[in-house]
Amino acid sequence: MIALLLRDLRLAVRAGGGFGLGLAFFLIVIILVPFGVGPQVDLLTRIAPGILWVASLLAALLSLDRIFALDFEDGSLGLLATSPLPLEGAALMKALAHWITTGLPLTLVAPALGFLLSLAPEAYSYLLLSLLLGTPALSMIGTFGAALTVGLRRGGLLLSLLVLPLYVPTLIFGAEAVRRGADGLDATGALILLGTITAGCFALLPFATAATLRMNLR
Amino acid sequence: MMLRVTNVTCARGGIPVLSDVSFEVIAGQALVLRGPNGIGKTTLLRTLAGLQPALAGDVDADVDDLAYASHADGIKTALSVTENLKFWADVYGNPVPDTIWEAFDLADLQDRIAGTLSAGQKRRLGLARLGVIGRKILFLDEPTVSLDGFSVKLFAKWLQDTHLAGGGIAVIATHIDLGIDAPELDLTPFKADLNFGGGADEAFL
Repeated sequence: MIALLLRDLRLAVRAGGGFGLGLAFFLIVIILVPFGVGPQVDLLTRIAPGILWVASLLAALLSLDRIFALDFEDGSLGLLATSPLPLEGAALMKALAHWITTGLPLTLVAPALGFLLSLAPEAYSYLLLSLLLGTPALSMIGTFGAALTVGLRRGGLLLSLLVLPLYVPTLIFGAEAVRRGADGLDATGALILLGTITAGCFALLPFATAATLRMNLR
Repeated sequence: MMLRVTNVTCARGGIPVLSDVSFEVIAGQALVLRGPNGIGKTTLLRTLAGLQPALAGDVDADVDDLAYASHADGIKTALSVTENLKFWADVYGNPVPDTIWEAFDLADLQDRIAGTLSAGQKRRLGLARLGVIGRKILFLDEPTVSLDGFSVKLFAKWLQDTHLAGGGIAVIATHIDLGIDAPELDLTPFKADLNFGGGADEAFL
């Protein structure tokens, strides 16, 4: 399983792997928002948590269709399915690799971008914590969506339509935690729910992903 | 160890293509599948390898002995030749044997990025994967596509002298003569009756 994780990480940073694309997209969206909204600092401060979270969702979405599509095209998915590595484990590793190349960098640069949106100073720790807890769920749900659409022509758009509604709970509690943090309220409840969603996703979705892959490989 | 296939019926896209296929291969033996395009050689091999369920029949072999090699080699073009082989060796928990470079004429290509290889060289790398995974029963689907005469001999030599001599089994779908000593099975008589109770609802299961 570690071999698969290392291979995927290596592929992501090699030429054409797309590492950093999601990050650059995140950066540009956040930079565009103040241009669109105008230089009203208090308005920006108010919408910053929501904007940061929505931009993270979209950035995570960008690289989802590559999770299985490339392996499907070159035949390695079929070979992996017949290898001693359980497909559930492969699904988990794929999601983990996606998080390390997308969710983790997003989380780390988000505070810097929060500054661009003049995020309230109290909210920075909550932003970091909520993204750290929430983005793994985005990768895992996305991996499941990628398994559903593997082998489909132009599956990328369908993938977005399938996955974005599933991101709603993570978005609600993630943005809520940051907003409560910014207002100086207790955000523990939202953070616990966010962590619960992530834990639930990682407990259940590898099995759903593997079952879906087996069906799509037939 | 042996591979026993009993009355296997397999389907492609819900439509049965082959029915009641039965054969036995004992350790150290290979079996060559023959038949015109579209008869269902690939479908049969995928079914035997466990990638898709059989509509009926039994495949009697230990799942942990099986390996499948398709038309597609599963090569990552951004990784080097060594990294590609090392990955599959790690997945199967084996070391990469030193003899593999010689056996598949890859010694000079070890550090090359796989994306820069020619079609034949890629195919050799794909076949070398079979040498590092250490599986006993190989299902090979047109293993010699895009190989030149020399490479075909090289592969046949590896199959005969290393794999089969070590007690392995190979079921090979091919349209050329590999030059190995193996019985042939013509699949034409097993062509499925189109009225066979089909799995039209398969997509929903």
